[in-house]
Amino acid sequence: MPKVKIKRKSTAVDMTAMCDVAFLLLTFFMLTSNFIQKEPVAVNTPSSISEIKIPDRNIISILVDAKGKVFFGADGQENRVQLLTKMGAAYNVTFTPAELKEFSLVNKFGVPISLMKSYLALKSEERDLPQNALGIPCDSLDNQFKSWVSIAKGVNREYRIAIKADQATTYPVIKKLMGSLQDINENRYNLLTSLKNTPDYE
Amino acid sequence: MSEVAAETQVKQKGKTKKMSTRVDFTPMVDLGFLLITFFMLATSMSKPQTMEIAMPSKEKVTEEDQTKIKASRAVTILLGKENKVFYYEGTRENNIDPVVNQTDFSPTGMRQFLIKKNYEIMVKVRDLKTKKDSKNLSDEDFEKQKQEIIGDKKAPIILIKGTVDSSYKNLIDALDEMAICNIGRYAIVDITPFDLELLAKKL
Repeated sequence: MPKVKIKRKSTAVDMTAMCDVAFLLLTFFMLTSNFIQKEPVAVNTPSSISEIKIPDRNIISILVDAKGKVFFGADGQENRVQLLTKMGAAYNVTFTPAELKEFSLVNKFGVPISLMKSYLALKSEERDLPQNALGIPCDSLDNQFKSWVSIAKGVNREYRIAIKADQATTYPVIKKLMGSLQDINENRYNLLTSLKNTPDYE
Repeated sequence: MSEVAAETQVKQKGKTKKMSTRVDFTPMVDLGFLLITFFMLATSMSKPQTMEIAMPSKEKVTEEDQTKIKASRAVTILLGKENKVFYYEGTRENNIDPVVNQTDFSPTGMRQFLIKKNYEIMVKVRDLKTKKDSKNLSDEDFEKQKQEIIGDKKAPIILIKGTVDSSYKNLIDALDEMAICNIGRYAIVDITPFDLELLAKKL
């Protein structure tokens, strides 16, 4: 009887296929997803059945946290430089080119214009600390929020306004914002929400 | 692979070594998955949803330009505290106050009332939707015809008024109900002393 020879199989596997799969997935994720924007405060948006997607570009994003603090952000680095220059001119603050450059990299901020200089001097990781996230004043005495929006609109007519507010934000805060927007004749805007299923009545 | 490389080494002893062209891909796979993990964590797939609203402009409107809405068609929704909703139809007539009802945002609450109020239009929109689903209607036409239906003259007009105790979520929920119930005419309006009076009586 011949000896049965047990063939020793190599445990090494050809990794080429796996590598292909990994990079295919990588490509897919890189193409379909977009980076999460860093936000100064965590905001939990209410859900709605609306399925309209927000456009990618030319967005003025207004962030309102649960306590009613308002944050402002406009996209486009060129636009941001112009925006701060004009805003500074309106409030008698002059910014150095270095500060303008720094501002063009800021995604969203929530400081009164008087503190903008010291805010821009901070390191980016210090900016989101609670003591530095003050919110933009938007009451009737000192409505800087209104100025930001109207100047941004002046810089770029294409801007659309998107309001992202927390579920728990009280109605008077929202009303105040809507009132400010109404004052500068911005009557169309978007409210950001997360998705909820539509009930069907068949 | 590694054993193949070993064999060639044994066979070709002394001769110039022929290097195998095979490369071990394991580190590359590691790298690939590492990058995938990074991208999955640092990016988001879904774009945020948005609700488009148009508010009336603040420009002064003269009396005759203003469209006085018929009281019989008006429904006022008051957003109260703790997600409570109050609604009443019409306004004060002959010194008789409208009946204020209390409800909530559950499917059996506010929605039932709005569906009843807007039943004809909802039926029409539903018919239109079945038409669209059976491919007899393009998306554009659907939208156009839907706008025509919900802009019907006889449709109810909803006034949404928030009290100081209500939250943003309540407002979004109320706007959502408008979309669900196919209500074409609604507005977010400031609360009036009359509404507060009615609310105070109800509570």
